[in-house]
Amino acid sequence: MNFTQMIIPLNITKTISDWIYSIMPETAASYTIMVIIAVAYLALFAVAGLYLVLLERKVAAWFQLRIGPNRVGPWGLLQTMADALKLVSKELTSTIKIDKFLYNLAPYFVIVSALMAMAVFPFSEQFQAFDINIGVFFLIAISSIGVIGILLAGWSSNNKYALIGAMRSGLQTISYELSVGLSILTMVLLTGTLQLSEIIEAQRTGGWLILQGHVPSIIAFMIFMVAGTAETNRAPFDLVEAESELGAGFHTEYSGMKFAYFFLAEFINMFIISSIAVVLFFGGWLSPFGITENIAWFPQVFWFLIKVLGLIFLMMWFRWTFPRLRVDQLLTLEWKYLLPLNLMNIVLMAIVIWLNWTI
Amino acid sequence: METIIFYILAAIIILFAVASVTSRKILRAVIYLLFVLIGIAGLYFLVDYNFLAAIQLTVYGGGIIVLFIFAVLLIHHVELELEKTALKKKLIAGALSAAGLAVTLWAISTYPFPVTDTYTSIEVADIGLLLLSYEDGGFILPFEVISVLLVAVMIGAIVIAKGSRLSEDRSRKTEVGSQKTEVKN
Repeated sequence: MNFTQMIIPLNITKTISDWIYSIMPETAASYTIMVIIAVAYLALFAVAGLYLVLLERKVAAWFQLRIGPNRVGPWGLLQTMADALKLVSKELTSTIKIDKFLYNLAPYFVIVSALMAMAVFPFSEQFQAFDINIGVFFLIAISSIGVIGILLAGWSSNNKYALIGAMRSGLQTISYELSVGLSILTMVLLTGTLQLSEIIEAQRTGGWLILQGHVPSIIAFMIFMVAGTAETNRAPFDLVEAESELGAGFHTEYSGMKFAYFFLAEFINMFIISSIAVVLFFGGWLSPFGITENIAWFPQVFWFLIKVLGLIFLMMWFRWTFPRLRVDQLLTLEWKYLLPLNLMNIVLMAIVIWLNWTI
Repeated sequence: METIIFYILAAIIILFAVASVTSRKILRAVIYLLFVLIGIAGLYFLVDYNFLAAIQLTVYGGGIIVLFIFAVLLIHHVELELEKTALKKKLIAGALSAAGLAVTLWAISTYPFPVTDTYTSIEVADIGLLLLSYEDGGFILPFEVISVLLVAVMIGAIVIAKGSRLSEDRSRKTEVGSQKTEVKN
C-alpha cells in the first residue's frame, strides 16, 4: 500500500511533520505521523458525532417550538459532552442468554465501518487521508459492511424486538443500497472517474455537477437523499428502531458506551451520506462561483462543512416533518418507484452526455 | 513493513478459517468466514489491487455474508448448537481438504513467480474498457454470457417466488373440483 498518500500536507501539518522528521529516524517518524493522523481522525469523529447529536436536539426543539438543551454550558453547548461522560461511567449490563462474543462485537462493526468511510473524504484540497483511486466505490463497499453489525446486534441479543428490528434493517439496507449505488453511478457517468479528488477537480471549471447535469442530476440528487436517509435508518425510515412497536429495536439490550456507539454511528453515517452528496453534487470544498478561490488564507474546509451541515439540516427536516412509513410502503417506494426511476435516469444521463447537452 | 502486514493478514485468514469450520455456533462460523474474506480483501489492498478488494468487500462481505446471516436469522436460535459430525464424514472431509491443499502446494512450488519490472497500478477505466472490448484479449463474450445467465437466474427466482400464487389463481377457477379432491385426500 502507498503510505505516502496518507500524509496530510496542510501548512500546519507540514511544520509538524518536518519537526517530527528532524527529531526521529525516518521510519519511526512515518509511523508517528500515521498514529497522529489516526488520532486526529478519531477526535474529529467523536466531536462531529457529539455536536451532530446536539444539533439534532436543537433542530427538533426549534421545529416543536421548544428551547432545547440550555442548562449545561452556554446555550447548552456542553450538554452532549456531559451525556457522553455519563454514558462512559455507566455499567455495561447484558442479559444472561446472549451470544457474548457476537453481542460485544456488533457495536464495533458499526463504528469501525463508519470511521473507515470518513478517511476518504476530501475536506479540503490537501486535507484528505486516503485518496484511493476507487473512492466512491470504496464508500459503497464499506457501507455494505456496516449493516452486518446491526444484524448481529439484533440476533445475538436473544430478544424478539431486537430480532425484528434487525430483520427490518437488513431488508431496508439491502433494498436502498441499490438506489444509493445507482444514483451515485449516474453522477459517475458525468465525471468519468471514481476518485473523489478528481470528481471535485471536474467541477472547478464547469460548475457544480448538479448544474452540469441539470435534469438527470437533480433527479439523481433527490433519489440519493431519499435512499441515503433510508440507509442511515433515520425517520421517516426508522422502522428499525420504531419505538412505538419495537422498544429500541436492534439495540434494546445494549447499555452504556455500547449503546452510545450505535447512537454515534447513526449520526456519523448521516455525516457520511451528506458528505458523499456534497462531493458528488455540490462541488465539495469549492466555493460557490469561486468567490474565495483567490484568497489564499481562506480555509476550504469552511465551504465543505457549510454544505454538509446544510444537507444534514435537510435530513433533520425530513425527520421532523414526515410520519414513519409502514414496511410495505417502504418496499413499494424502493422497488416500484425509486428503482425504475433510477434506471431510466441513468439512460437519460447517458443520452444527455452523448448529445453533449451538459452545461 | 509490507512483509509484516502480509504475515498478520495470513495469520488472521488461517486462524479464522480454522475457527469457522470448528465452531459449533452457526452465526459465529459465518462471522469467522467474514473475517477470512475481509483478510483476503486486505491482501488485495496490500498488492495495490484496490478494485478487486472493493469488489471482494461488496460482493462477499456485503452480499453473500448478509445473505447467510439472513438465512440464519430466519431459521436459527441463539442457544442452538450444531450437531457433532460423525467420524466418517470428518474423515472424508479431511481427506478431501488434504487433497486440495496438496494440489495448491504443488502448484505454488512448481510455479516460477517471475519478477515483473513493468508493473503499473490497474485503473478502473482499463477494466471497463477491457470488459467491453471485442478485440484480442477483450472480455465482451464472457461479460455478455454472464449477463444473460444473471437475467435467467433473476427470472427463475421470480417464477419460483411467485409460483404458488400463480397456481392459486388458476385453482380458483376450478375451485369446486379441487375441493372435492381435497376431501377425498
